[in-house]
Amino acid sequence: MTPTEYEYLRKFLKDNSGLDLSADKQYLIESRLLPLARKAGLSGIPELVQKLHGGSRTLITDVVEAMTTNETFFFRDKVPFDHFRDTIMPEVIKARAARRSVRIWCAAGSTGQEPYSLAMSLKEMGAALTGWRIEIIATDLSQEVLEKARAGIYSQFEVQRGLPIQMLMKYFKQNGETWQINPELRAMIQHRQLNLLHDFAQLGTFDVIFCRNVLIYFDQDTKINIFNRLARQIEPDGFLVLGAAETVVGLTDTFRPIPERRGLYKPNDPRAAAAKPALAGAAPRMAIMAGR
Amino acid sequence: MKTCLVVDDSSVVRKIARRILEGLEFQVTEAEDGSKALEICQRQLPDAVLLDWNMPVMDGFEFMGHMRRLPGGDQPKVVFCTTENNVAHIAQALSGGANEYIMKPFDKDIIADKFAEVGLIPVGQAMV
Repeated sequence: MTPTEYEYLRKFLKDNSGLDLSADKQYLIESRLLPLARKAGLSGIPELVQKLHGGSRTLITDVVEAMTTNETFFFRDKVPFDHFRDTIMPEVIKARAARRSVRIWCAAGSTGQEPYSLAMSLKEMGAALTGWRIEIIATDLSQEVLEKARAGIYSQFEVQRGLPIQMLMKYFKQNGETWQINPELRAMIQHRQLNLLHDFAQLGTFDVIFCRNVLIYFDQDTKINIFNRLARQIEPDGFLVLGAAETVVGLTDTFRPIPERRGLYKPNDPRAAAAKPALAGAAPRMAIMAGR
Repeated sequence: MKTCLVVDDSSVVRKIARRILEGLEFQVTEAEDGSKALEICQRQLPDAVLLDWNMPVMDGFEFMGHMRRLPGGDQPKVVFCTTENNVAHIAQALSGGANEYIMKPFDKDIIADKFAEVGLIPVGQAMV
């Protein structure tokens, strides 16, 4: 791949998915796009770039989907799910005792392991949530990934990553070499296609937002913009959960970290946050990106 | 250093498992069937047992029953690692005292995840 081709792909991915690759990610592009090029009957990356230049619609979608990482497994990193069980849900159960409903958004739901992990956690809470209306909305950029999430069918390999064997026995049904999550848990989740670069106000407001390991792929201005828009979709006493390598610190005052709960954030009072001038300028830039 | 007894009649599987477990900082001993594994446990119980099911002389399930009845035999974490991948076998293993269950084929990530699950290694280590 020539530097020109790499630059073209970088810009292409930035424009089409918001994915912001640094200058040294040639290996990532090759490992993801070479198999795709071969499958499409092309000789390699150069020919793929030519086809993209030509504006092949299906190829554009395929390239974006192949480059959007889907590395995920059940109860990934474990700690956020401990927080969910021990900190977030006890507080939500108390705060929402009157209306007995909870809305959760998995903003990078990928192939479903994260939303299903949350659904299993909620099931494990048993009687504490009897009679509650539980809504889990899982969104992802990729249609292919969403279909897999919807089906809830996983390989033997996938169900052995992060999932305790008792939970596999309790919440999945074996079908030959694959395992499918039970209909009762599948019914707890709505899967929707969504690009975080676009407006998501229509999703409504949430008590809990999981937005893990997706913002790391965006540049700083885009991150700030997404945080600011997430802040509008979260209840004032809600929780935001970020990935282990992500933080709001130094980017936005709309959220604050919860001490001793790594990855867990609370929204700040919007009036207090709005008073800080540091954030001015982030929104207009986003408007330009979303308008493409 | 924690100890792990690898019980499998395939020397290749034992070798692969040893390499993975040594990478996770276990001191590894090997046995080629349940009866040899039981002899080792009678001398000294390990912290963990990675246990195949189908083996000559004494199978993994029978071995686990004997081991659990030894003094202190409730302590070791038993992780099955077998091609028996159906619900009936898994349920039988769990009710017989297994702590976790790996369906072959396995790799380093699966072993690390399962060992972290039963507290044999810290969660962070499983992510490396």
